Amino acid sequence: MPKPSKDIWVFVEHREQKPVDVSLELLSKGRKLADQAAGDLKAVVIGHEMDHVVKETFRFGADEVLLIDDPNLRDYRTQPYSRLLGDLIVERQPRVVLFGATSVGRDLAPRVASFTRSGLTADCTDLQIGDITYARKNFDGLLLQIRPAFGGNIVATIVTPDVAVQMATVREGVMEMVPVSEPVVRRVTRLPYVATDSDEFVMIVERYQEESKANLKEAQIIVAGGYGMGTKENFGRLRQLASLMGGEVAGTRAAVDAGFITVDRQVGQTGLTVRPKLYIACGISGSIQHVAGMQHSNRIIAINKDANAPIFDVCHYGIVGDVTMTIPTFIDAFKEKLK
Amino acid sequence: MPHMSYRTIVLVKQVPDTAHVSGDVMRPDGTVNRGKLPAVFNPDDRVALELALQLRDEFGGRVTAITMGPPSAAEVLRECLYMGADDVCLITDRKFAGADTLATSYVLAAAIRTLGTYDFVFGGRQAIDGDTAQVGPQTAEKLGIPQVTYAEEVPELRDGRIVVKRRIDGGYEIVVSTIPVLITVIKEAATPRPFKATRLMTYKNARCLPELQKAAKAEPPRDVDDLVREYAERDCFIKTLSAADIDVDPARCGIGGSPTKVHKVKSVILAAQEHEKIMATQEGISDLLDELGEARVIG
Repeated sequence: MPKPSKDIWVFVEHREQKPVDVSLELLSKGRKLADQAAGDLKAVVIGHEMDHVVKETFRFGADEVLLIDDPNLRDYRTQPYSRLLGDLIVERQPRVVLFGATSVGRDLAPRVASFTRSGLTADCTDLQIGDITYARKNFDGLLLQIRPAFGGNIVATIVTPDVAVQMATVREGVMEMVPVSEPVVRRVTRLPYVATDSDEFVMIVERYQEESKANLKEAQIIVAGGYGMGTKENFGRLRQLASLMGGEVAGTRAAVDAGFITVDRQVGQTGLTVRPKLYIACGISGSIQHVAGMQHSNRIIAINKDANAPIFDVCHYGIVGDVTMTIPTFIDAFKEKLK
Repeated sequence: MPHMSYRTIVLVKQVPDTAHVSGDVMRPDGTVNRGKLPAVFNPDDRVALELALQLRDEFGGRVTAITMGPPSAAEVLRECLYMGADDVCLITDRKFAGADTLATSYVLAAAIRTLGTYDFVFGGRQAIDGDTAQVGPQTAEKLGIPQVTYAEEVPELRDGRIVVKRRIDGGYEIVVSTIPVLITVIKEAATPRPFKATRLMTYKNARCLPELQKAAKAEPPRDVDDLVREYAERDCFIKTLSAADIDVDPARCGIGGSPTKVHKVKSVILAAQEHEKIMATQEGISDLLDELGEARVIG
């Protein structure tokens, strides 16, 4: 068994031969962690026709890419991917392996962690390298895995002091994408793919995936609605306001569940994390689960008819009013300004 | 001749009702007063059971619901019986306490191996207390069977394989899997059927071994084995497995077998900040827009 390294690995997910954003965000974070841990940052790329993906990982600070490229690996499937990644981890013993908390990451990471008997912490909202005391022992250079639990009502710091390989998944938008100032093309290690029977147990018959038209992560202004908007029609007014202001529309989980808005525009703990200059929260009560996704907005305006709604505790400007009347007033006020 | 009559094992969990956390549940030191929270049947798991029952209703077979938990988790197993599960099993032992997902999947897989042959293992996507969605895939890995996660519809059976429509980011996938296979199910996949009144009447008296051990100590004291026999004859004994009944290494169970350790816990108390109160009038909003414009927040 080789001695554990200090390396940070990021599993790089891709779509249509391009890396997905969360993987680039994790490479950015991984670069910082690798510098702190005095190890290398390695990108693991499994797929087919991955040249562009490989190039991008260097742009975000990878020291080495471990690449397995084969036509049979073009689309993600659990068994070939988890087998290949699991074997790689056992062979090379990275210190940390990071995955995006996507439908792929949530399918792959637990299976790999079970195989390598690693600890895995899902949906981390922060990662740090730290020295801690646990059970009266001192541990240096541990990965501190910070995440909400209990329906979002607590924040826990999880550590895995007794196992060599520490794993975590992180949602999109939680870490920031930071390309390195001077990307250097470093080592690409090509590894072979040898098929086994178990790779064929689950086959894909049909696949449909579309890019979200919502660009909430880049939006400077977001107009968001909650369950308090009441109807789909009222939500339409939010679209009108957003359009006038040059912003994007978003919603809470309750609004998505009620059918007012689509899930790709959901902001919150189980949705997206956003950091716009201005976030207008309309008919949103301000549950912890929602606030987690927008609390870092530069300025927050809250509009709610309940003066005691928790959203007023986190906003910069509060308007107590019925959204059915206040939003049209807002629209009129803005139109006046445009004149 | 296609294989008919499928046996499905359904993984279910009793969880604190984290969707309805009120003030006195969170203690000031950040720990959770679980005693104040009612325990409920994990929502995703009820849907998983419903899908298993639908498959059985169409193709025949047997549905066995199992859970790893303290003796109180027997309540969820009773609810499985009310819904229509053919039999249930409680996996309980002090040695299993404090388990993370790795130690939980280790014990579940070992328990499943004692229950005989199966075609499917169904489970809900995730539990509302740990929120990890890891136990399903980890149990599949330990059983050495394929997994299909995020099933969003009742699966179809075709030529000895199972066809599953699963949700992926921004879309869906239709996959075909060999059998046996583990499938995790999202809430939208089905509406769980209500409890059947006749089954409720019969099975509200179903008891697991620890519950009977407790009852045996009541006045007048009874012999536990007699009680077990009595309940079994009425089809009301909930099969109970302890660490000794399944092939496990105690070092891999419970908190000792859990690589993830909780170092610190903080309850989320959003720091209340003062805000500027704006009148809900055109004038008030107009002034706000001016202020935002000056601060370069807008246009």
